[in-house]
Amino acid sequence: MYLAKIYVTYKPSILDPQGEVIKAALKRMDYVGIEQVAQGKYFEVILNAKDVDVATAEVESFTEALLINQNTETYRFDLSLVPDEVDV
Amino acid sequence: MKAAVISFPGSNCDFDMLYALQDFGIDAEIVSAKQNNLAGFDAIFLPGGFSYGDYLRTGAIARFSPIMSAVTQAANAGKLIVGVCNGFQILTEAGLLPGQLLGNATPGFICDEVALRIANGQTAFSNAYDVDETISIPIAHAEGNYFADEATLDKLEKNNQIIFRYVNNPNGSAHDIAGIMNEKGNVFGMMPHPERAVDSVLGNIDGQNFFKSMLSGILTKA
Repeated sequence: MYLAKIYVTYKPSILDPQGEVIKAALKRMDYVGIEQVAQGKYFEVILNAKDVDVATAEVESFTEALLINQNTETYRFDLSLVPDEVDV
Repeated sequence: MKAAVISFPGSNCDFDMLYALQDFGIDAEIVSAKQNNLAGFDAIFLPGGFSYGDYLRTGAIARFSPIMSAVTQAANAGKLIVGVCNGFQILTEAGLLPGQLLGNATPGFICDEVALRIANGQTAFSNAYDVDETISIPIAHAEGNYFADEATLDKLEKNNQIIFRYVNNPNGSAHDIAGIMNEKGNVFGMMPHPERAVDSVLGNIDGQNFFKSMLSGILTKA
């Protein structure tokens, strides 16, 4: 099985009002060095696939179909092999 | 004219829309989003609410509900498709309307009554209004900030697909967009709630002409 850790963020051109509000709060808290804050989404998906290429293709496919809206969002992901049977 | 109002899990304006349609003598009924057939309906309404809890993104899960393939089919067949608020968000996620509704420019839920200007008064959704007329319609949303890339906005402007614009933009929408239609002119979405402004008992009847427009639009076509 594979574990996909998927990170979704707005494209750089998109205004991120929540990121801006968080940045303003951090500045008020005297974190004077803060330059930029982006708020995004994080997903962990465990999937069965016969090899890493198939897993990669599948993650790209469902991420673009559902997890992001391509008008405004972009993503990257890390894929790792995880044991089929997890000991409890 | 027979109209369907789609009820998604989490819709909460479906009955408001149903009552408004019935007020205008339209034969309307609620259809569950679990159905997959809209044969026999001339117009399909996607109501406001929080379909699927607004999980992931507004409208993102609803666009994959069973009814949406029938909605797409009806749209392609030229039937009237109307999305209000969450319905608008679902139509953009489904690709039946361009762009996307983002979080309000100032984060938070806005519940208010706002002035809209009629940008195009010659559509199936606005022909009972005069162009440049100003009306007052309730809004209630946290994600009403219309976004589209420059090329899409240019196209919307050039084709007169923008029907309602905010007079004082409350949410950061590009080009003050409150309501748009597709190029063919049969699919329409808006964030404000005309169905909440049809009865004088509620103190605002500025939404009446929205429904009258659709009635005369259908009659003109027939």
